[in-house]
Amino acid sequence: MSGPSMTPQELLLPVRPGFIFVTLVAALLANLLSWSGWMAWLVPDFVALLVLYWCIHEPRKIGFLAAWLLGLLMDIADGSLFGEHALAYIILAYAGMALHRRVQRFSMAPQILHVIPLLLFTDCVVLLVRALAGADFPGYAYFLGSFAGAALWPPLTHLLKLPQRPRPDPDRV
Amino acid sequence: MEHTPPPLFRTGPTPLARLMIFSMLSVVLLIADARFNYLTFLRQVTAVIVYPLQRLAAAPAAIGGHISDFFVTHSSLRNDNQRLSQQNLELARETQQTRALQLENTHLRGLLAAREKLAVPATAAEILYAARDPFARKVMIDQGLQRDIEAGRPVVDHVGVIGQVTRVYPWLSEVTLITDKGHLVPVMNVRTGLRAVLAGTGDDGKLELRFIPLAADFQNGDRLVTSGIDGVYPPGLPVAEVTNVERNTAYLFANITCKPVAGVNNHAQVLVLGPMPATPERPEETKEVTPQKKRKKS
Repeated sequence: MSGPSMTPQELLLPVRPGFIFVTLVAALLANLLSWSGWMAWLVPDFVALLVLYWCIHEPRKIGFLAAWLLGLLMDIADGSLFGEHALAYIILAYAGMALHRRVQRFSMAPQILHVIPLLLFTDCVVLLVRALAGADFPGYAYFLGSFAGAALWPPLTHLLKLPQRPRPDPDRV
Repeated sequence: MEHTPPPLFRTGPTPLARLMIFSMLSVVLLIADARFNYLTFLRQVTAVIVYPLQRLAAAPAAIGGHISDFFVTHSSLRNDNQRLSQQNLELARETQQTRALQLENTHLRGLLAAREKLAVPATAAEILYAARDPFARKVMIDQGLQRDIEAGRPVVDHVGVIGQVTRVYPWLSEVTLITDKGHLVPVMNVRTGLRAVLAGTGDDGKLELRFIPLAADFQNGDRLVTSGIDGVYPPGLPVAEVTNVERNTAYLFANITCKPVAGVNNHAQVLVLGPMPATPERPEETKEVTPQKKRKKS
């Protein structure tokens, strides 16, 4: 059953809800940092990335409400239309939850191939909303952030799984 | 608590149903915000929640600034000091001239019985961060409702206009820059006195003059200042400089690009100007009187 792209699943400790909350707040903070010049185009939407991560890895612990509220906070911070990011994030959350069994079974490279289209789709939702509200296409650099986000997926996964790894048993020799 | 079995039979609505519910909610919010501007209060409340995060996120840049301030070398300080005192002298001379001119101006205006131009009060503010919205050019400043800032106030830096306040939150305000697509400034060419409308392009450091006839007198290097006829920007503030004039007879209008004179993309201190003195109301439009002859004809 296990193909070359599949990895054996690790046994992990349950994640604490407090940890999820802290990571989401940190992502919000990272989004609010002011980037300038080319970095502004390259920097991924950290909140979208984290929402996707938790929806894929702990779909029972994060709900639509969390994703939606985070979207509203981002809308205020960005000064964009109220509900624009909220809509994008819940669609992302739904996609993450729907695909979580499938994505979790894959190794890192195919996981990234799943993440890229999901983040791009989120971008397209925002683009569509803004286009309906009368904005122009901001240029293809707009999509760069999604690829940067996907590139951050492996280190992010490693980092966020650290608190869940069981400690080495002191009694074992 | 985390080791209890998951509630298999009590999961609430299906994910698809939840997606639908929240999508509907978002769309309702979007329409209410974009079409009807109903959500000012909701925005204010949410803004209060985000405010600590916004301040926290702006802290690294501020701390970095403090650190680099601390490590300024002696020689650079001396150079700065010399340059500034020189500048100070020049400015003092100019101020004196201005004062004399102002006196003369008030005198002449008194003679003409024209309304005096009022000096507008201003509030100093600092740019916290630029919003990461690729569709708009906006920045957040650290003064809001607590300083009686209102939407529509012009924002300037030490050189010229950078934009106007578009949304006000309890301790923050959102400033739409003049480079934002859809932002218009009525301007006047200093050299010729021609009035025009300067529009943002959504591109940093690029503005364009709209609807200028091909024969209009605009040259590279012309300085544009606010004309003040919109009741938003006080007259006479520097806005932009013409960088390129393209006249193509295939088109109806000249293609004139300008660049803003103020540091629109810099993170710096800005001034939020006070409300403009109220402009006289537009006279009521008189109903067209149809000539009697026409009626008889028809």
